[in-house]
Amino acid sequence: MAFTRRDFIRIGAVAGGVTAASGLTTNWWDLQAHTIPDPKTDGDRVVPTFCEMCFWKCGVLAHVKNGRVTKIVGNPAHPLSKGRLCPRGEAGIGMLYDPDRLKTPLIRRGKRGAQVFEPVSWSAALDETAKRMDAIRTKYGPEAFALFFHGWGASWFTRLMQAYGTPNLAEPAYAQCMGPREGAFALTFGQGLGSPESIDIENARCITLIGSHLGENMHNTQVQEMATAIGRGAQLVVVDPRFSVAASKAKYWLPIKPGTDTALLLAWMNVIIAEKRYDADYIGKYATGFEQLAKHVADKTPEWAYPITGIKPDAIRDSARLIAASRPASLIHPGRHTTWYGDDTQRLRAVAILSALLGSWGRRGGYILPSAMELPQYPAKKPEKQTHPAADRPQPNLYPLSEDALTCGLRDAAMIRQQVTTGKPPTPDASNIRNQAAAGTAPYPVKGWMVYATDLMQSLPAPKQTEKAIQQLDFIVSVDILPSEIVGWSDIVLPESTYLERFDNVWAPAYKEPFIALRQPVVEPMYESKPGWWIARELASRLGLGDYFQWKDPLEVVRWRVEAAGQSFTKLRLQGVVTGQRLPVAEEEGLALSFDTPSKKIELVSGTLASAGFDPLPNYTPHTQPPDGMFRLLFGRAPSHTFGRTTNNRLAASVFAENELWINTVAAKSLSGFEDKPLKSGQSIVLENQDGVRSTPIKAKVTERIRGDCVYMVHGWGHASKGLTFAKGRGASDSELVTKFETDPIMGGTGMNVNFVRVLRAEA
Amino acid sequence: MRFNLFKKRYAMAVDTRKCVGCSACVIACKEENGLPLNDFRSWVAAETRGTFPNLAMEIRSERCEQCSDAPCVTNCPTGASFYAEGGVVVVDRDLCTGCKACIAACPYEARYIHPDGYADKCTFCLHRTAKGLQPACAATCPTQSLTFGDVNEPASDIARLLRTRQWKQIHTEAGTKPNLYFLT
Repeated sequence: MAFTRRDFIRIGAVAGGVTAASGLTTNWWDLQAHTIPDPKTDGDRVVPTFCEMCFWKCGVLAHVKNGRVTKIVGNPAHPLSKGRLCPRGEAGIGMLYDPDRLKTPLIRRGKRGAQVFEPVSWSAALDETAKRMDAIRTKYGPEAFALFFHGWGASWFTRLMQAYGTPNLAEPAYAQCMGPREGAFALTFGQGLGSPESIDIENARCITLIGSHLGENMHNTQVQEMATAIGRGAQLVVVDPRFSVAASKAKYWLPIKPGTDTALLLAWMNVIIAEKRYDADYIGKYATGFEQLAKHVADKTPEWAYPITGIKPDAIRDSARLIAASRPASLIHPGRHTTWYGDDTQRLRAVAILSALLGSWGRRGGYILPSAMELPQYPAKKPEKQTHPAADRPQPNLYPLSEDALTCGLRDAAMIRQQVTTGKPPTPDASNIRNQAAAGTAPYPVKGWMVYATDLMQSLPAPKQTEKAIQQLDFIVSVDILPSEIVGWSDIVLPESTYLERFDNVWAPAYKEPFIALRQPVVEPMYESKPGWWIARELASRLGLGDYFQWKDPLEVVRWRVEAAGQSFTKLRLQGVVTGQRLPVAEEEGLALSFDTPSKKIELVSGTLASAGFDPLPNYTPHTQPPDGMFRLLFGRAPSHTFGRTTNNRLAASVFAENELWINTVAAKSLSGFEDKPLKSGQSIVLENQDGVRSTPIKAKVTERIRGDCVYMVHGWGHASKGLTFAKGRGASDSELVTKFETDPIMGGTGMNVNFVRVLRAEA
Repeated sequence: MRFNLFKKRYAMAVDTRKCVGCSACVIACKEENGLPLNDFRSWVAAETRGTFPNLAMEIRSERCEQCSDAPCVTNCPTGASFYAEGGVVVVDRDLCTGCKACIAACPYEARYIHPDGYADKCTFCLHRTAKGLQPACAATCPTQSLTFGDVNEPASDIARLLRTRQWKQIHTEAGTKPNLYFLT
C-alpha cells in the first residue's frame, strides 16, 4: 500500500459512490490504520459492595479510577444481581456526584419549613441534637421521641433509639407498603414473605400479577427470574387497570375496575373449587377450613364478579383454568406495595388462600421456604426490651394484628398536647378510624422526631397532616443525603455519606441461595458527609449511651460477626459476598412443610381473625367510585427510579426525567374544560382532588393503555424542595393529592388508592 | 484478504418477549463509554398497537444496527466511519470533522455529535469484545434480552437464536443490511 493517509481520504471520498453500488467501500481496506476507541472506564480498583439505590440490595462492583467512580456493574458472585444491574443500580454514580448533596451539617435559621439553614460544624450540630434529645428525654420520657426510618443504613439509628429507650420506631415500608401482605401470609401459612420475597418466579409455569407491575418496578432478581420463566414458556396473567409492561407479555390481561380485586380472587376460587381444579391432596394434608371456604365462595361465580370487576365471565374462567393447570408451579405474586384500599389484609388473604388451593406454598415455582446463614450478633451491650406501649394507636387493642409501629399513628401522636388517660376503647371498625388525624387519637404525645433516609412528605399520605404534626414538635432532626422535603422541615440536618462511601452492617437474608453480603466504602466520603454509624455513635456518646456502641468502627463489628459465622472476612472483603450451602426450599427438594399457625395447618379460615372480630374468610367490600368528571388516582413505579429518592439523580433522570399523567384516549376526548381543544399528549395539565388540593403541572400521556375511570402517574415527582435543583418543578406529586386514606383495621396500613382527581388546564 | 477480515459478522439479537424496557442497557452504555449526560448510543423504543382493551406492545432495546451496507460509511467524506472487526461500524475521531453527513444518512438515527466535535455511535463495545467480554448493554441486561455474537459462527448463541426463533428487522426498506435482530 503506497497511499498516504491523506491520499486515502481523497480517494475514499471520490470512490464512495462507486463502491456503494458494489456493496463494498474502499474504507474496508483501511482497517488496519484505524484504532478502535477504548473509553478506558475500567477502574484501577474494583470494589465490591451492595447497592442502596433501592431496598433490594444487589451486589455491585464499583470501578474507581483516579479516585472517581467511573461505573457500577453487577457482581457476578452475588445471588441477587448475578452480575446484572437495573438502571438505578448503575445510576448510583448520579447520587454520589449529585451537586445538590447535603455538604455540611445545617441548623435551621428560619421558620420550620422555610428551608433557611446555616451550615455548622459537626460538633455544633451533634451537641445541639443531643441537647434537644436529652431535654425531651428528661421532660417527657424517652418514649416521647420517635424514629422514622428506611433502608439498610438505619440499623445504627434503630439501635441508638432503642438504647435511648423509645418503642416508637416506624418505617413507611410497613404501614404504607408491605404490611398487609406480611400479615395476611402469616395468618394463613404462619409466616410472612420478607425481603427478598420467598417466591420462586424462575420455576413458575404461570405467574399471576395483581396490580404488581414487575418490570416497571425493577426488583432486579424478580425481573431476571420473570424473564427466565418467560423464556422457558411460562404464561402470565396480569390483573391491572393499566396495560403495564407485564400485561403486554401476558396470555391474559384483565383490565380490572380498580378496587375490585378481591371479587376476582373469590371468583377464581369459585371456578377452581367448582371444577375441582384445586390440589385436593395438599389441602387434605395441610389445610383446615376447606368446607367453609367452598361454601363461602359457592355463590361468588364469574357471573357474580362480572358486574363488579368488569371482567367477562369467560375471561375469569379461562384465566382460572390456566392458573390451575400450572399448579403447583403457579405463582400468584404477592406484590409488595399492597396498601391500596384499607381492606388490603383481606385481599392478600384471598391471594394466600388461592395459593393454598393451588398447592403452591412450599413448592417449586410457588412460595418457597429459604433460610438465612447464621450471623451472630456482635457482643455489645443490648438495648433493654421496651415495655412502654408505642404511641402509634390510641388503644393497644386497635389494629390487633399489626407487627410493627405505625408511621401515621406516630404522626398523630405529635398532634396531641397531653396524655389521654380515660376514654372508651374504640372498636376495631373501619368506619370509626377512617378519619385518623383528629387530636387525641394517640395515648401520649410524641415531641421529637428523628427521620432517617425517608422523605416523609412523599412516603406518608396526607402530607399537610405531616406538616401540622411537625409544627407541634419540640424538635426534629433528619439524617439524609439530599435536601428532600423533610430535610427542609427539620431543625437540624445531618448529612450522611452515600452507600458508596460507608460501611454498614453485614446482611444475611433468608434466600434460596443463602449469602452474607458486605457493604464497604468504595471512595472516601465527599464534602463533610459522615457515615451513619459514626453519626449514631457520636450521638450515643453525647447521650450517655456509649456502652451500646463499644467498638472502634463497623469493620470491627462486621469482622467479628463474619468470623463468628465461620466465614473468611478476607474473602468477603475481596468478593463482597460469601455464599452458603443451598438447603431444600421446597417439598420437591425434600423439605417437610410445617405451619406456625395456631392450628399448625394452613388456615383457609382464620380463627385469629375471627376472634379479633374480623371476617375469617375474605369478603369483597365495595369501594366508593369516582363521581362523574373525576378519575381514581393510581400511582406506581418507573424502572429507573426509586420513589422520590432518585428523581434528582441526573443519570437516572437521563432516561426518565419527569412523570406523566396517563389518561385514557376516549376519556381525554370528553374532558370538561377541554371541549374546544382536546387534551393531547405532552400538554401540561393540573390535577385537583376531591378536597380541592391542586397538583403542580404535569404533562399528559393520552394513551389506550389505561381504563377510562382512573389515571396513573409514577410516584416521586413534584418536589418543592429548592435544594433539589434538578427535580424541583418536574412533574407532579401523587402524595400531595393523597389527602384521604383508608386505614386497614386489621394491621393499620394506609390504603391510598382512594383519591379522585379532575383534570384541569394548567394556567399559563 | 478482505474475506478473511470479514468472515466474522457481529450482530445483536434483542428478545422483545423478555425485554421490559428498563433502560439498564442505556445507562450501562453511558457509563462504560463515558458518554456525556444527555447523549446516548442506545435507547428503548416501545410501540403500542390497538385500542383499549385489545392491545399489543413491543418493547425494543435499540442502538446502531451496524449495517453491512452502511450509508454512514458510504457518505462519510473523510473516511472517518469505517468497518472494523466483525463489520462493526466505528468512527475514527481523528478523521471526523463533525460534518453530520453520516447523521443525515443514517435511517436509524443512531448517531449524535459528541461535544468534542466528532460523530459518535455504538461500537458493540469492541474494546470489551476484544477481551472476550460482552458489550456493556448485554452484560447488564437483567432480562438477558440481548445476545451479541458472530452470526457466521453456527455454534454461537446468536446464530442458534436466529435459527430457532422468529425474528424481524426494522427499517429494512432502507436496504442497509442491518445487524440488529428483534426476536418476536
